[in-house]
Amino acid sequence: MKIGVVTFPGTLDDRDAARAVRFAGGEAIALWHDDADLKGVDAVILPGGFSYGDYLRCGAISRFSPVMEPLIAAAKGGMPLLGICNGFQVLAEAHLIPGALTRNQHLHFLCTDQKIRIENNTTAWTNSFTAGQEIVIPLKNGEGSYQCDDETLKMLEGEGRIIARYVGENPNGSRNLIAGVSNERGNIVGLMPHPEHAIDLLTGPTADGLGFFTSVLKAMVK
Amino acid sequence: MATIVVDVMLKPEILDPQGKAVAAALPRLGFTFATDVRQGKRFEITIEGEPTAAQLAEVEKAAEKLLSNPVIENFTVRVEK
Repeated sequence: MKIGVVTFPGTLDDRDAARAVRFAGGEAIALWHDDADLKGVDAVILPGGFSYGDYLRCGAISRFSPVMEPLIAAAKGGMPLLGICNGFQVLAEAHLIPGALTRNQHLHFLCTDQKIRIENNTTAWTNSFTAGQEIVIPLKNGEGSYQCDDETLKMLEGEGRIIARYVGENPNGSRNLIAGVSNERGNIVGLMPHPEHAIDLLTGPTADGLGFFTSVLKAMVK
Repeated sequence: MATIVVDVMLKPEILDPQGKAVAAALPRLGFTFATDVRQGKRFEITIEGEPTAAQLAEVEKAAEKLLSNPVIENFTVRVEK
């Protein structure tokens, strides 16, 4: 199973994402932002970082990178696509996921080990978890406050598309404690915290994050 | 040469923590006039000659597609005199 990891100028977490893919048993394929070629991968991860220096709005310029055109088409066709942190912002800017990520309510950059609850374990990226399972993975962002209008929020809640929620105090002001959202079909997931930094106890606070990467491998076998 | 100005503001219902921080800093400096502050972005776009209606329509399109995110922001386009 080949999983592409996209590198934009300013991406930070592509190496950790590729390592997480290998840990889960997949083959990580490096994809370049300026290359409109998905190299035959079965799924794609948009990793975290500060693509284009967060200029204009986070993810706003990356969203129009050459690689995004075939990627958006493939994801709309059902290919699993995970956007982590800055990758989530790119998905929101590309309108593959509803809503937007805005400045943390308290204005501070946040870096912490965060407890989240998996609310929907039927998506391509969460099927290794049990519904309601609580896990701890790092959360590090300046603009992680998930915002959308009331109607969208009601739709997301009603359709079970809030795939993960923060547990405890709201870390960034996200509506309804939203940490992750999926598209209607469940193949595209945007996630603010970082599972790729928590895949083994040598480098992470837990190994809880590995489940996102084993999930997609399972989803592709089905 | 003309300048087209695009102002981008967060929609009124979207929380603006930066504006709130500025509003909180003003009274600390003795400026007590503000009941609220909202912070936005301003783009100054330079073009050759006077803008045509078609060019302004193009700028509108660019503002909607790139300069603003219509999910959270509104924008206005005007020609600077």
